[in-house]
Amino acid sequence: MASDTHDTGGQVKDRGRHYFDDPKRWKRLIAILIGVCAVVFGLDLVNFVQMRMGWPELRHPERDWEGFPGYYAFYGFLAYTAIVYTAKALRKGVMRDEDYYDR
Amino acid sequence: MIGSLPPAAVMILGALVVPLLRGRARTGWVLLLPAASLAALLALGEGEFGQVSIFSYELTLVRIDGLSRIFGWLFHIAAFIGLIFARRGGSALEDAAALVYAGAAIGAVQAGDLITLFVFWELLALSSVFLVWARRTERSYRAGIRYLIVQVGSGVVLLAGIIAHARATGSVAFGPMETGTLGTNLILLGIGIKAAFPLLHNWLTDAYPEATYSGAVFLSAFTTKVAVYALARGYQGEELLIWVGVVMTMFPIFYAVIENDLRRVLGYSMINQIGFMVCGVGIGTEMAVNGAVAHAFNDVLFKGLLFMSTGALLYRAGTTKCSELGGLYKSMPKTAGLCIVGAASISAFPLFSGFVSKSMVMAAALEMNLDIVWLFLLFASAGVLHHAGIKIPFYGFFGPDSGIRTKEAPTSMLIAMGMAAFLCVFNGTWPTLFLYPNLPYEVTYEPFTPAHVISQLQLLFFAVLAFVWLRLTDREPHELPSTNLDADWFYRRFGRGLALAAGGAAARLRDAVASRAVAAAGGAIGSARRYMGPSGVLGRTWPTGTSVIWVAILLLVFLLLYYASTPLTDTFPPP
Repeated sequence: MASDTHDTGGQVKDRGRHYFDDPKRWKRLIAILIGVCAVVFGLDLVNFVQMRMGWPELRHPERDWEGFPGYYAFYGFLAYTAIVYTAKALRKGVMRDEDYYDR
Repeated sequence: MIGSLPPAAVMILGALVVPLLRGRARTGWVLLLPAASLAALLALGEGEFGQVSIFSYELTLVRIDGLSRIFGWLFHIAAFIGLIFARRGGSALEDAAALVYAGAAIGAVQAGDLITLFVFWELLALSSVFLVWARRTERSYRAGIRYLIVQVGSGVVLLAGIIAHARATGSVAFGPMETGTLGTNLILLGIGIKAAFPLLHNWLTDAYPEATYSGAVFLSAFTTKVAVYALARGYQGEELLIWVGVVMTMFPIFYAVIENDLRRVLGYSMINQIGFMVCGVGIGTEMAVNGAVAHAFNDVLFKGLLFMSTGALLYRAGTTKCSELGGLYKSMPKTAGLCIVGAASISAFPLFSGFVSKSMVMAAALEMNLDIVWLFLLFASAGVLHHAGIKIPFYGFFGPDSGIRTKEAPTSMLIAMGMAAFLCVFNGTWPTLFLYPNLPYEVTYEPFTPAHVISQLQLLFFAVLAFVWLRLTDREPHELPSTNLDADWFYRRFGRGLALAAGGAAARLRDAVASRAVAAAGGAIGSARRYMGPSGVLGRTWPTGTSVIWVAILLLVFLLLYYASTPLTDTFPPP
């Protein structure tokens, strides 16, 4: 059978440095992320005050427990971390060599 | 002329001409067919067409209602975009197979009865396998065989169910069904195989990554979505499906995290997304089913976009393995950007398509007081962000530089990806313009409430924050060349070993029986030889006199027996 082929489009000239070659760009991106996180968390604090004061709320909780400020932020952070650690534990049980089924 | 043909026939018959065409003529033809087929669909309007009576069963070849029409739209769009993508690196075989495959999917969702459904069900299997085989590698050949066995098997189970159902009820109409009878249970199982239910799912993660650049795009669009349609048609409100769906959203996220091949990551991601749809069908309220159908629609577009961007990676870089990729944004910035649109859509960022459809299923779960289900789905949403939102674009395009330098994806691929990306943003930003009005039930759901936007942004951005933290502290799982054992181990290793062991035992048994038989036959031949051979007692040449003696002896024996058996009075009657 013919082997797998691909087409790199011929000789490619690299124009040298690229956007993310500079670690500062990554740092700036992370700083923006932290800023956005602070804003969306802050909105929940505002919401919490509104709820306590009986003012019209930004985010009316469907259930009491999700009205906790930053509930979704904690859930997202912890779920993500739990997924990564569970997957790493799973790897210990299921990981085999790349050619496992070809042998 | 088109108006008199069932819409499904346009692409299937049109595919027959494809091998005769080359170059621009073929491009023009294959792009004309989905448009003509869609025109045929829209010309029909709602209703039932093509009623045929066979063996006292009433068949309805074409049924167009709210549910089948939206899937019809979806499959035409998917076929059109996929065929544009396939302009580079694709063969006439792939074009023809893709057209038949798309036609079969359209036929299946328009089938008004179970027998018509079955015919298109099997055609889906038979046409799609060529999209795997067209890669022409040993691996794809083997994966294709495994895929075909499972897919045809799903059809056989479906057929068994149809027969049992028809015997029990006397009807083959395809409508809402109740589980509990043999027929409806088997039909559900047959559909479940195609929907990649847990433990029945590995055909998907096995075959899709082995398909061609464009093959995986078509594969991701049709088979599983036909199954979702069939569930929505037959099993709305079946409680079992809620939990099947939850399991489907949960377990693939862990596999996707540790999987090295990006197209296999997308395979697991598909199961995860189908889980949301299955769950929605199981909840069964109008909002939940709307959510399931809307999410199927969006999933085909964003998953197609992600399969296209990884297909472009495969086409240009020759690999989709995380451990070999990295830094490709330098060579393929447009593909990288389009990939990010797909990643944002599947992660359900506001203004991207996942946001307006996945949330309908989740809101429906909460409305029905299925709080636990809702928490699981929320957890799974964080998982989606990991493997599809971050892993695909990051490890595919932005990870540590692999040194691979190549050209940007070909224009045809960029056009196809651009169309899918546009539709992802269009549906995500203006769902009320096309998506919501075309759903099977009236939509009362409002996705852009402050509560939904804030909670979703918190969930997603803090999950991204977790990624950054884990990555910077080297806690992210490393990208390793590997194979991860899954349920397919049972047939690829255990079952194979069992079959080989059984074969070996059978061979030993055969050898033992054969050697005994040979020994026994040898003994028989030996004794025959001893008595009847040239030097055997019976084989000797005897003089004529000896024969006379033998005849005399025989006569004597006969006489003695005769006297012995006859009373003397009979022999010598009294005078």
